[in-house]
Amino acid sequence: MARMKFLCDADRCIECNACVTACKNENDVPWGINRRRVVTINDGKPGERSVSMACMHCTDAPCAAVCPVDCFYTTEDAVVLHSKELCIGCGYCFYACPFGAPQYPKTANFGSRGKMDKCTFCAGGPEADNTKEEYAMYGSNRLAEGKLPLCAEMCSTKALLAGDGEIIAQIYKERVSKRGYGSGAWGWKTAYKEEIAT
Amino acid sequence: MTLFASFKRLLPLLAAMALLAFPASAQQPSSVNPTASSVKEKQLLDALKPGSDETVAGRISIQDRRAGNLIQPAGREFRAFHEVTVPLVGKIAILGTLVILALFYLLRGRIMIEAGPSNRRILRFGNFDRFVHWTTATSFLVLGLSGLNLVFGKSLVLPIVGHEAFASLTQLGKFVHNYVSFAFAFGIILMFLTWVKDNFPNALDVRWALQGGGIIGSKHPPADRFNGGQKLIFWATVLGGIALSVSGYIMMFRPLEVAVSGFQLATVVHGLTGLIMFAIIIGHIYIGTIGMEGAFDAMGRGDVDLNWAKEHHGIWVDKVALKNPEEISGGRSPVPAE
Repeated sequence: MARMKFLCDADRCIECNACVTACKNENDVPWGINRRRVVTINDGKPGERSVSMACMHCTDAPCAAVCPVDCFYTTEDAVVLHSKELCIGCGYCFYACPFGAPQYPKTANFGSRGKMDKCTFCAGGPEADNTKEEYAMYGSNRLAEGKLPLCAEMCSTKALLAGDGEIIAQIYKERVSKRGYGSGAWGWKTAYKEEIAT
Repeated sequence: MTLFASFKRLLPLLAAMALLAFPASAQQPSSVNPTASSVKEKQLLDALKPGSDETVAGRISIQDRRAGNLIQPAGREFRAFHEVTVPLVGKIAILGTLVILALFYLLRGRIMIEAGPSNRRILRFGNFDRFVHWTTATSFLVLGLSGLNLVFGKSLVLPIVGHEAFASLTQLGKFVHNYVSFAFAFGIILMFLTWVKDNFPNALDVRWALQGGGIIGSKHPPADRFNGGQKLIFWATVLGGIALSVSGYIMMFRPLEVAVSGFQLATVVHGLTGLIMFAIIIGHIYIGTIGMEGAFDAMGRGDVDLNWAKEHHGIWVDKVALKNPEEISGGRSPVPAE
């Protein structure tokens, strides 16, 4: 099976935020939660770069390690998912996540955390594929339909790549060798303990 | 005209064009390298101080400013702390306390009232004192057990009951933990106000500590209303309770001013303080129940045997006898009529 990854080519990202919007729409993401976001580093200075970031579906994911109820699981495609049936909304995964992916609707007592929500790589959750229940809790399951995450599919500059880690790394390397520059695969070192030489 | 001749006539024109073209191409090279000046992830990650809470952050167009954190490698230290340090400290503190108490019980046995029980009793804790104690004590036990479940439940309870039952139990535990915390914080405040006047350390406590609190030797160092050990319990409870409440409410209410590193610190403080306090309270429960004859009465029924009080809190008994002799009851055994 493929090892699914995200790769944001910061030299192509124009900070249009369409990936953020597409994700919210496709997955009917709860109010106040952004599964994907675009962060601009050195904003307004020469050499600023924008990076679209969501859950990176880490190798040996720290969120899964700190979960007190063990609600995380990794699919055959190496996508890190969790069960909202089991999640108790304690917040530990948010503390441990290097990318700020886990977020919580304020639905529990005293406005405390409800069930955690994060990017699913458009792969739904533990419920049966593409059922109403799965959509209501986790959003779309495009992977089960043979499609890739919508954020990357509709990226206008093809800055955001999603798919088999080896294939998207190859695409990125070809781009870098053709245009002669590249600022690297953001987050890969932290998430997968590997880098793409540029 | 031959082809060669026409080429010869064109040469000056070509030369002029070349002259015009060269300076232009020198100003605008055919390939541009925008990354020469761009930020690179490696530089940003290398710039973070190792072991610090710094993050690679930038501007974000959504309202949640915390989402501007792009990469926070400090999560790794939190994971190591949460999965290795906390359970280890907890195991050492709690099992260590149990082992020490078991050894102590085997060597010393139950500490008895040396003079034997008398028929006279002295009021030690009134209704309000006992209300304050048991409000704090019961809420602490509920909070402690639901908190321990978050640390050890995954490895102790989950394999026995399964994921679904364990998640339901832990969800319930989270709600109980959140609600009961208010009773605990309230109890800590009352406890501080009620007993602080008797808990300032003084020279008697130094003597008490030098004599090993009467626990190691057989001599009873003199003590006022609270001895050195009880004062230590008081201050551990009040200070630990404040640390637990502050760190806990930061995690519960998530003020916007606190960064992710602040939540990580709150979790560190909360976990370590809670586990160490749990170990201290185990010792407190031991000495208040099976460890010492007559001790539980103080918080159970409120009055204690006068001989017990004289042996453990002689100075306090003298003060009560002088100021409030009505708090000492009993005395002569009733004389049967005829």
